[in-house]
Amino acid sequence: MGEELKVKKIENGIVLDHLPCGTAPDIMKILGVDDETKETISILMNVPSSMYEKKDIIKIEGKEFEDIMVDKIALLAPGATVNIIKDFAVIEKRKIRIPDVIDVVNCPNPSCITNQKEPIKPKLLVEFTKPLKVRCFYCERVFSEQDVMEKM
Amino acid sequence: MNKTDIISTRNMKRDFIEDILKRTKKMEPIAEAKKQVDILEGKTLATLFFEPSTRTKLSFMAAMNLLGGTIIGFDDPRTSSVKKGETLADTIRVVEGYANAIVMRHPNEGAAALAAKFSKVPIINGGDGSNQHPTQALLDLYTIIKEKGTLDGLEVTLAGDLKYGRTVHSLAYALSKFDASLVFSSPPSLRMPEWIVADIKAAGTPVKEINNIEVQSDVLYLTRIQKERFPDIEEYQKVASAYVLDGDAMEKLGKETMIMHPLPRVNEISAEVDKDKRAKYFIQSFYGVPTRMALLAMVMTDR
Repeated sequence: MGEELKVKKIENGIVLDHLPCGTAPDIMKILGVDDETKETISILMNVPSSMYEKKDIIKIEGKEFEDIMVDKIALLAPGATVNIIKDFAVIEKRKIRIPDVIDVVNCPNPSCITNQKEPIKPKLLVEFTKPLKVRCFYCERVFSEQDVMEKM
Repeated sequence: MNKTDIISTRNMKRDFIEDILKRTKKMEPIAEAKKQVDILEGKTLATLFFEPSTRTKLSFMAAMNLLGGTIIGFDDPRTSSVKKGETLADTIRVVEGYANAIVMRHPNEGAAALAAKFSKVPIINGGDGSNQHPTQALLDLYTIIKEKGTLDGLEVTLAGDLKYGRTVHSLAYALSKFDASLVFSSPPSLRMPEWIVADIKAAGTPVKEINNIEVQSDVLYLTRIQKERFPDIEEYQKVASAYVLDGDAMEKLGKETMIMHPLPRVNEISAEVDKDKRAKYFIQSFYGVPTRMALLAMVMTDR
Protein backbone atom coordinates (compact mmCIF):
# COMPACT_ATOMS: atom_id res chain seq x y z
CA MET A 1 0.00 0.00 0.00
CA GLY A 2 2.85 2.37 0.97
CA GLU A 3 4.54 2.02 -2.38
CA GLU A 4 1.37 2.51 -4.34
CA LEU A 5 0.36 5.62 -2.38
CA LYS A 6 3.81 7.11 -2.27
CA VAL A 7 3.27 8.14 1.33
CA LYS A 8 5.47 6.62 3.95
CA LYS A 9 4.12 4.60 6.83
CA ILE A 10 3.81 6.25 10.21
CA GLU A 11 5.60 4.84 13.23
CA ASN A 12 3.08 5.69 15.94
CA GLY A 13 -0.26 7.40 15.56
CA ILE A 14 -3.58 6.94 13.82
CA VAL A 15 -4.83 6.51 10.30
CA LEU A 16 -8.35 7.59 9.43
CA ASP A 17 -9.32 5.33 6.56
CA HIS A 18 -12.37 4.89 4.36
CA LEU A 19 -13.33 8.54 4.63
CA PRO A 20 -15.87 9.45 1.94
CA CYS A 21 -14.17 11.17 -0.95
CA GLY A 22 -13.87 14.93 -0.41
CA THR A 23 -14.41 14.91 3.35
CA ALA A 24 -10.73 15.16 4.32
CA PRO A 25 -10.60 19.00 4.47
CA ASP A 26 -13.63 19.18 6.78
CA ILE A 27 -12.27 16.40 8.94
CA MET A 28 -8.97 18.27 9.21
CA LYS A 29 -10.96 21.15 10.66
CA ILE A 30 -12.58 18.84 13.21
CA LEU A 31 -9.13 17.53 14.11
CA GLY A 32 -8.09 21.11 14.74
CA VAL A 33 -5.18 20.96 12.35
CA ASP A 34 -3.67 24.38 11.66
CA ASP A 35 -0.25 25.98 11.25
CA GLU A 36 0.44 25.51 14.97
CA THR A 37 0.10 21.74 14.67
CA LYS A 38 3.32 19.93 15.50
CA GLU A 39 2.45 16.43 14.31
CA THR A 40 3.27 15.21 10.82
CA ILE A 41 0.08 14.76 8.85
CA SER A 42 -0.44 13.10 5.49
CA ILE A 43 -3.64 13.62 3.57
CA LEU A 44 -4.57 11.43 0.67
CA MET A 45 -7.57 12.25 -1.44
CA ASN A 46 -9.28 10.43 -4.30
CA VAL A 47 -7.64 7.13 -3.44
CA PRO A 48 -9.17 4.09 -5.22
CA SER A 49 -11.35 2.20 -2.73
CA SER A 50 -13.35 -1.00 -2.55
CA MET A 51 -15.96 0.54 -0.23
CA TYR A 52 -16.59 3.74 -2.17
CA GLU A 53 -15.30 4.36 -5.66
CA LYS A 54 -12.77 6.75 -4.18
CA LYS A 55 -11.86 7.55 -0.61
CA ASP A 56 -9.80 9.94 1.48
CA ILE A 57 -7.22 8.95 4.07
CA ILE A 58 -5.62 11.02 6.84
CA LYS A 59 -2.51 9.84 8.71
CA ILE A 60 -1.43 11.61 11.85
CA GLU A 61 1.84 10.86 13.53
CA GLY A 62 1.81 10.87 17.33
CA LYS A 63 -1.95 11.17 17.92
CA GLU A 64 -3.90 8.83 20.18
CA PHE A 65 -7.42 7.64 19.47
CA GLU A 66 -8.64 9.57 22.51
CA ASP A 67 -7.27 12.82 21.01
CA ILE A 68 -9.77 12.92 18.15
CA MET A 69 -13.43 13.93 18.25
CA VAL A 70 -14.61 10.64 16.91
CA ASP A 71 -18.35 11.42 17.28
CA LYS A 72 -18.02 14.52 15.16
CA ILE A 73 -15.99 12.70 12.53
CA ALA A 74 -18.67 9.99 12.51
CA LEU A 75 -21.23 12.52 11.30
CA LEU A 76 -19.15 13.25 8.20
CA ALA A 77 -17.76 9.79 7.72
CA PRO A 78 -19.97 7.09 9.16
CA GLY A 79 -18.40 3.72 8.47
CA ALA A 80 -14.86 5.06 8.38
CA THR A 81 -12.17 3.27 10.37
CA VAL A 82 -9.47 4.46 12.70
CA ASN A 83 -6.33 2.34 12.55
CA ILE A 84 -4.14 2.63 15.60
CA ILE A 85 -0.47 2.31 14.71
CA LYS A 86 2.34 1.24 17.02
CA ASP A 87 5.87 0.60 15.69
CA PHE A 88 4.70 0.78 12.06
CA ALA A 89 2.05 -1.92 12.63
CA VAL A 90 -1.73 -1.68 12.87
CA ILE A 91 -2.47 -2.89 16.38
CA GLU A 92 -6.19 -2.11 16.32
CA LYS A 93 -8.90 -1.11 13.85
CA ARG A 94 -11.91 0.73 15.17
CA LYS A 95 -14.98 1.37 13.08
CA ILE A 96 -16.50 4.81 13.51
CA ARG A 97 -20.25 4.80 13.99
CA ILE A 98 -22.76 7.55 14.60
CA PRO A 99 -23.44 7.61 18.35
CA ASP A 100 -26.96 7.29 19.81
CA VAL A 101 -26.64 10.75 21.32
CA ILE A 102 -24.75 13.59 19.65
CA ASP A 103 -23.38 16.13 22.12
CA VAL A 104 -20.64 17.62 19.94
CA VAL A 105 -22.92 19.70 17.70
CA ASN A 106 -25.18 22.50 18.93
CA CYS A 107 -28.93 22.27 18.46
CA PRO A 108 -29.77 23.93 15.13
CA ASN A 109 -32.73 25.73 16.75
CA PRO A 110 -31.26 29.11 17.80
CA SER A 111 -34.04 29.59 20.34
CA CYS A 112 -33.40 26.23 22.05
CA ILE A 113 -32.46 26.58 25.72
CA THR A 114 -29.20 24.73 25.00
CA ASN A 115 -28.09 27.73 22.90
CA GLN A 116 -28.62 30.23 25.75
CA LYS A 117 -25.41 30.00 27.82
CA GLU A 118 -26.79 27.41 30.20
CA PRO A 119 -24.34 24.95 31.81
CA ILE A 120 -25.39 21.97 29.69
CA LYS A 121 -24.19 20.14 26.62
CA PRO A 122 -26.41 19.80 23.59
CA LYS A 123 -28.24 16.45 23.41
CA LEU A 124 -29.35 15.40 19.95
CA LEU A 125 -30.92 11.96 19.96
CA VAL A 126 -30.28 10.00 16.77
CA GLU A 127 -33.56 8.60 15.46
CA PHE A 128 -32.27 7.48 12.06
CA THR A 129 -28.75 7.19 10.68
CA LYS A 130 -29.48 6.85 6.94
CA PRO A 131 -30.32 9.59 6.23
CA LEU A 132 -29.41 11.16 9.52
CA LYS A 133 -32.38 12.40 11.54
CA VAL A 134 -31.95 13.72 15.07
CA ARG A 135 -34.27 15.11 17.72
CA CYS A 136 -33.17 17.61 20.33
CA PHE A 137 -33.88 16.14 23.77
CA TYR A 138 -34.67 19.63 25.05
CA CYS A 139 -36.61 21.56 22.38
CA GLU A 140 -37.98 18.32 20.81
CA ARG A 141 -37.44 19.54 17.25
CA VAL A 142 -36.30 17.16 14.55
CA PHE A 143 -33.39 18.02 12.26
CA SER A 144 -32.04 16.62 9.04
CA GLU A 145 -28.46 15.74 8.17
CA GLN A 146 -28.12 19.09 6.43
CA ASP A 147 -29.29 21.01 9.52
CA VAL A 148 -26.71 19.17 11.62
CA MET A 149 -23.90 19.66 9.10
CA GLU A 150 -24.51 23.39 9.06
CA LYS A 151 -23.78 23.45 12.80
CA MET A 152 -20.47 21.56 12.48
CA MET B 1 -35.25 10.62 43.68
CA ASN B 2 -38.44 9.73 41.87
CA LYS B 3 -40.41 12.73 40.75
CA THR B 4 -43.05 13.35 38.13
CA ASP B 5 -42.37 16.26 35.80
CA ILE B 6 -45.01 17.52 33.37
CA ILE B 7 -42.91 18.65 30.41
CA SER B 8 -44.46 17.52 27.15
CA THR B 9 -47.46 15.56 25.89
CA ARG B 10 -45.25 13.96 23.24
CA ASN B 11 -43.83 11.45 25.69
CA MET B 12 -46.98 10.92 27.76
CA LYS B 13 -48.58 7.50 27.63
CA ARG B 14 -52.33 7.14 27.15
CA ASP B 15 -52.66 5.53 30.63
CA PHE B 16 -50.94 8.48 32.24
CA ILE B 17 -53.23 10.96 30.48
CA GLU B 18 -56.31 8.96 31.43
CA ASP B 19 -55.16 8.88 35.04
CA ILE B 20 -54.87 12.68 35.08
CA LEU B 21 -58.32 13.04 33.51
CA LYS B 22 -59.80 10.77 36.24
CA ARG B 23 -58.10 12.82 38.93
CA THR B 24 -59.43 15.99 37.29
CA LYS B 25 -62.98 14.67 37.53
CA LYS B 26 -62.54 14.22 41.28
CA MET B 27 -61.27 17.78 41.62
CA GLU B 28 -64.09 19.34 39.65
CA PRO B 29 -66.62 19.56 42.55
CA ILE B 30 -64.01 21.27 44.74
CA ALA B 31 -63.26 23.76 41.96
CA GLU B 32 -66.96 24.40 41.41
CA ALA B 33 -67.73 24.94 45.07
CA LYS B 34 -64.63 27.12 45.42
CA LYS B 35 -64.21 25.54 48.83
CA GLN B 36 -60.74 24.96 50.18
CA VAL B 37 -59.54 21.48 51.10
CA ASP B 38 -56.30 20.57 52.85
CA ILE B 39 -54.68 18.17 50.39
CA LEU B 40 -51.68 20.45 49.85
CA GLU B 41 -51.60 22.13 53.25
CA GLY B 42 -48.04 22.98 54.16
CA LYS B 43 -46.87 22.70 50.54
CA THR B 44 -45.49 25.55 48.48
CA LEU B 45 -45.71 26.05 44.73
CA ALA B 46 -43.27 28.38 42.99
CA THR B 47 -44.57 30.04 39.83
CA LEU B 48 -41.75 31.32 37.63
CA PHE B 49 -43.17 33.27 34.72
CA PHE B 50 -40.36 34.54 32.49
CA GLU B 51 -43.08 35.46 30.00
CA PRO B 52 -46.45 37.05 30.71
CA SER B 53 -49.44 34.86 31.46
CA THR B 54 -52.89 35.49 32.83
CA ARG B 55 -54.97 32.32 32.62
CA THR B 56 -52.24 29.80 33.23
CA LYS B 57 -50.85 31.66 36.20
CA LEU B 58 -54.23 32.55 37.72
CA SER B 59 -55.62 29.06 37.34
CA PHE B 60 -52.52 27.53 38.94
CA MET B 61 -52.87 30.03 41.79
CA ALA B 62 -56.57 29.26 42.16
CA ALA B 63 -55.83 25.51 42.06
CA MET B 64 -53.13 25.81 44.73
CA ASN B 65 -55.39 27.95 46.94
CA LEU B 66 -58.26 25.49 46.67
CA LEU B 67 -55.96 22.66 47.75
CA GLY B 68 -54.79 24.63 50.80
CA GLY B 69 -51.24 25.29 49.60
CA THR B 70 -49.09 28.41 49.42
CA ILE B 71 -47.74 30.18 46.34
CA ILE B 72 -44.53 32.11 45.80
CA GLY B 73 -43.01 33.36 42.58
CA PHE B 74 -42.53 36.12 40.06
CA ASP B 75 -44.13 37.09 36.79
CA ASP B 76 -41.74 39.75 35.69
CA PRO B 77 -38.19 38.57 35.11
CA ARG B 78 -37.05 42.18 35.07
CA THR B 79 -37.46 42.29 38.84
CA SER B 80 -35.67 39.00 39.47
CA SER B 81 -32.06 37.89 39.47
CA VAL B 82 -32.52 36.74 35.87
CA LYS B 83 -32.08 40.37 34.93
CA LYS B 84 -28.62 40.20 36.48
CA GLY B 85 -27.69 37.39 34.10
CA GLU B 86 -28.37 34.37 36.27
CA THR B 87 -28.70 31.13 34.31
CA LEU B 88 -31.98 29.25 34.40
CA ALA B 89 -30.10 26.27 35.85
CA ASP B 90 -29.05 28.43 38.84
CA THR B 91 -32.50 30.00 39.30
CA ILE B 92 -34.02 26.53 39.44
CA ARG B 93 -31.49 25.21 41.94
CA VAL B 94 -32.21 28.17 44.22
CA VAL B 95 -36.00 28.05 43.93
CA GLU B 96 -36.19 24.28 44.50
CA GLY B 97 -35.01 25.04 48.02
CA TYR B 98 -38.10 27.17 48.61
CA ALA B 99 -40.87 25.09 47.04
CA ASN B 100 -42.31 21.58 46.65
CA ALA B 101 -42.97 22.07 42.94
CA ILE B 102 -42.25 24.66 40.25
CA VAL B 103 -44.51 25.88 37.47
CA MET B 104 -42.55 27.71 34.82
CA ARG B 105 -43.18 29.59 31.59
CA HIS B 106 -40.12 30.52 29.56
CA PRO B 107 -39.53 32.02 26.10
CA ASN B 108 -37.00 29.37 25.04
CA GLU B 109 -37.95 25.93 23.77
CA GLY B 110 -36.59 23.19 25.98
CA ALA B 111 -36.47 25.37 29.11
CA ALA B 112 -38.79 23.06 31.03
CA ALA B 113 -36.73 19.98 30.17
CA LEU B 114 -33.61 21.80 31.34
CA ALA B 115 -35.32 22.83 34.57
CA ALA B 116 -36.41 19.23 35.16
CA LYS B 117 -32.82 18.09 34.74
CA PHE B 118 -31.54 20.45 37.41
CA SER B 119 -34.47 20.43 39.84
CA LYS B 120 -35.00 17.99 42.69
CA VAL B 121 -38.66 19.05 42.87
CA PRO B 122 -41.23 18.41 40.12
CA ILE B 123 -41.34 20.84 37.21
CA ILE B 124 -44.60 21.67 35.46
CA ASN B 125 -44.18 23.26 32.04
CA GLY B 126 -46.44 26.30 31.75
CA GLY B 127 -45.20 26.91 28.19
CA ASP B 128 -41.70 26.75 26.69
CA GLY B 129 -41.33 29.00 23.66
CA SER B 130 -43.24 27.61 20.71
CA ASN B 131 -42.71 24.03 21.86
CA GLN B 132 -45.24 22.80 24.40
CA HIS B 133 -47.99 23.79 26.82
CA PRO B 134 -48.96 20.39 28.22
CA THR B 135 -51.30 21.50 31.02
CA GLN B 136 -53.40 23.38 28.46
CA ALA B 137 -53.64 20.24 26.33
CA LEU B 138 -54.76 18.20 29.33
CA LEU B 139 -57.53 20.65 30.17
CA ASP B 140 -58.48 20.67 26.49
CA LEU B 141 -58.83 16.89 26.53
CA TYR B 142 -60.90 17.10 29.69
CA THR B 143 -63.20 19.64 28.04
CA ILE B 144 -63.68 17.43 24.98
CA ILE B 145 -64.48 14.40 27.14
CA LYS B 146 -66.95 16.42 29.21
CA GLU B 147 -68.73 17.63 26.12
CA LYS B 148 -68.45 14.65 23.79
CA GLY B 149 -68.14 11.79 26.29
CA THR B 150 -65.03 10.34 24.62
CA LEU B 151 -61.83 11.17 22.78
CA ASP B 152 -61.92 8.11 20.55
CA GLY B 153 -63.48 8.28 17.13
CA LEU B 154 -63.57 12.07 17.05
CA GLU B 155 -62.36 14.38 14.32
CA VAL B 156 -60.67 17.46 15.73
CA THR B 157 -59.72 20.47 13.61
CA LEU B 158 -56.87 22.60 14.93
CA ALA B 159 -56.93 25.98 13.20
CA GLY B 160 -55.02 29.26 13.08
CA ASP B 161 -51.35 29.62 13.92
CA LEU B 162 -50.17 26.03 13.99
CA LYS B 163 -46.51 26.92 13.51
CA TYR B 164 -45.79 28.90 16.66
CA GLY B 165 -48.82 27.86 18.72
CA ARG B 166 -47.57 25.68 21.55
CA THR B 167 -51.09 24.79 22.67
CA VAL B 168 -51.89 23.14 19.34
CA HIS B 169 -48.57 21.28 19.35
CA SER B 170 -49.33 19.81 22.76
CA LEU B 171 -52.93 19.05 21.88
CA ALA B 172 -52.02 17.33 18.60
CA TYR B 173 -49.57 15.03 20.40
CA ALA B 174 -52.07 14.36 23.22
CA LEU B 175 -54.85 13.46 20.77
CA SER B 176 -52.50 11.18 18.86
CA LYS B 177 -52.53 8.87 21.91
CA PHE B 178 -56.25 8.30 21.31
CA ASP B 179 -58.17 7.08 18.26
CA ALA B 180 -58.92 10.59 17.04
CA SER B 181 -58.30 11.96 13.57
CA LEU B 182 -56.83 15.40 13.09
CA VAL B 183 -57.37 18.21 10.62
CA PHE B 184 -54.75 20.97 10.54
CA SER B 185 -56.08 24.23 9.13
CA SER B 186 -53.76 27.20 8.73
CA PRO B 187 -52.40 29.78 6.31
CA PRO B 188 -49.48 28.27 4.33
CA SER B 189 -46.90 30.29 6.27
CA LEU B 190 -48.22 29.05 9.62
CA ARG B 191 -48.51 25.33 8.93
CA MET B 192 -47.98 22.71 11.60
CA PRO B 193 -44.22 22.00 11.74
CA GLU B 194 -43.37 19.07 9.50
CA TRP B 195 -41.74 17.04 12.26
CA ILE B 196 -44.92 17.24 14.32
CA VAL B 197 -47.03 16.17 11.35
CA ALA B 198 -44.60 13.28 10.82
CA ASP B 199 -44.74 12.26 14.49
CA ILE B 200 -48.54 12.36 14.55
CA LYS B 201 -48.78 10.28 11.39
CA ALA B 202 -46.21 7.83 12.73
CA ALA B 203 -48.46 7.36 15.76
CA GLY B 204 -51.12 6.10 13.35
CA THR B 205 -53.34 9.17 13.54
CA PRO B 206 -55.03 10.19 10.29
CA VAL B 207 -54.07 13.76 9.37
CA LYS B 208 -55.56 16.13 6.81
CA GLU B 209 -54.37 19.65 6.01
CA ILE B 210 -56.80 22.36 4.86
CA ASN B 211 -56.94 26.17 4.85
CA ASN B 212 -60.38 27.23 6.01
CA ILE B 213 -62.66 26.72 9.01
CA GLU B 214 -65.79 25.57 7.21
CA VAL B 215 -65.63 22.18 8.88
CA GLN B 216 -68.02 19.52 10.14
CA SER B 217 -65.54 18.11 12.68
CA ASP B 218 -66.59 17.19 16.22
CA VAL B 219 -64.29 19.92 17.52
CA LEU B 220 -62.98 23.15 16.03
CA TYR B 221 -60.04 24.41 18.08
CA LEU B 222 -59.27 27.93 16.98
CA THR B 223 -56.10 29.86 17.85
CA ARG B 224 -55.05 33.41 17.32
CA ILE B 225 -53.06 34.48 14.28
CA GLN B 226 -50.72 37.24 15.41
CA LYS B 227 -50.02 40.29 13.30
CA GLU B 228 -46.32 40.09 14.12
CA ARG B 229 -46.03 36.87 12.12
CA PHE B 230 -46.66 38.74 8.85
CA PRO B 231 -44.46 41.13 6.89
CA ASP B 232 -47.24 43.70 6.51
CA ILE B 233 -50.72 44.42 7.79
CA GLU B 234 -52.42 43.85 4.43
CA GLU B 235 -51.01 40.38 4.14
CA TYR B 236 -52.12 39.67 7.71
CA GLN B 237 -55.66 40.92 7.09
CA LYS B 238 -55.98 38.94 3.90
CA VAL B 239 -54.92 35.72 5.58
CA ALA B 240 -56.44 36.14 9.03
CA SER B 241 -59.94 36.90 7.78
CA ALA B 242 -60.32 33.25 6.73
CA TYR B 243 -59.87 32.27 10.39
CA VAL B 244 -62.50 34.53 11.92
CA LEU B 245 -65.57 32.89 13.39
CA ASP B 246 -68.59 35.19 13.13
CA GLY B 247 -72.30 34.70 12.50
CA ASP B 248 -71.80 33.87 8.83
CA ALA B 249 -69.01 31.41 9.49
CA MET B 250 -71.12 29.75 12.18
CA GLU B 251 -73.74 28.97 9.52
CA LYS B 252 -71.17 26.93 7.61
CA LEU B 253 -69.92 25.10 10.69
CA GLY B 254 -71.16 21.63 11.67
CA LYS B 255 -74.31 21.69 13.80
CA GLU B 256 -72.59 19.64 16.52
CA THR B 257 -69.11 21.12 16.15
CA MET B 258 -67.94 22.36 19.53
CA ILE B 259 -65.81 25.48 19.45
CA MET B 260 -62.73 25.72 21.63
CA HIS B 261 -60.08 28.40 22.04
CA PRO B 262 -57.17 28.62 24.50
CA LEU B 263 -57.94 32.36 25.00
CA PRO B 264 -57.23 35.21 24.96
CA ARG B 265 -59.12 35.84 21.73
CA VAL B 266 -58.79 39.15 19.98
CA ASN B 267 -61.07 39.20 16.97
CA GLU B 268 -60.99 35.62 15.74
CA ILE B 269 -64.28 34.76 17.49
CA SER B 270 -66.89 37.49 17.42
CA ALA B 271 -68.97 38.18 20.54
CA GLU B 272 -72.16 36.99 18.81
CA VAL B 273 -70.77 33.45 18.84
CA ASP B 274 -70.61 33.40 22.66
CA LYS B 275 -74.31 32.61 23.11
CA ASP B 276 -74.27 29.76 20.55
CA LYS B 277 -74.54 26.38 22.26
CA ARG B 278 -71.51 25.18 20.32
CA ALA B 279 -69.24 27.76 21.99
CA LYS B 280 -67.33 26.06 24.81
CA TYR B 281 -64.28 28.25 25.37
CA PHE B 282 -65.34 29.73 28.71
CA ILE B 283 -66.16 26.38 30.29
CA GLN B 284 -62.89 25.14 28.76
CA SER B 285 -61.10 27.93 30.57
CA PHE B 286 -62.78 26.95 33.87
CA TYR B 287 -61.61 23.33 33.47
CA GLY B 288 -58.08 24.67 33.76
CA VAL B 289 -58.61 24.85 37.52
CA PRO B 290 -59.57 21.22 38.27
CA THR B 291 -56.98 19.98 35.74
CA ARG B 292 -54.22 21.95 37.46
CA MET B 293 -55.49 20.87 40.88
CA ALA B 294 -55.17 17.26 39.74
CA LEU B 295 -51.66 17.85 38.43
CA LEU B 296 -50.48 19.68 41.55
CA ALA B 297 -51.88 17.03 43.88
CA MET B 298 -50.34 14.30 41.75
CA VAL B 299 -46.82 15.69 41.53
CA MET B 300 -46.66 16.93 45.13
CA THR B 301 -48.39 14.12 47.04
CA ASP B 302 -49.44 11.45 44.55
CA ARG B 303 -53.00 11.92 45.82
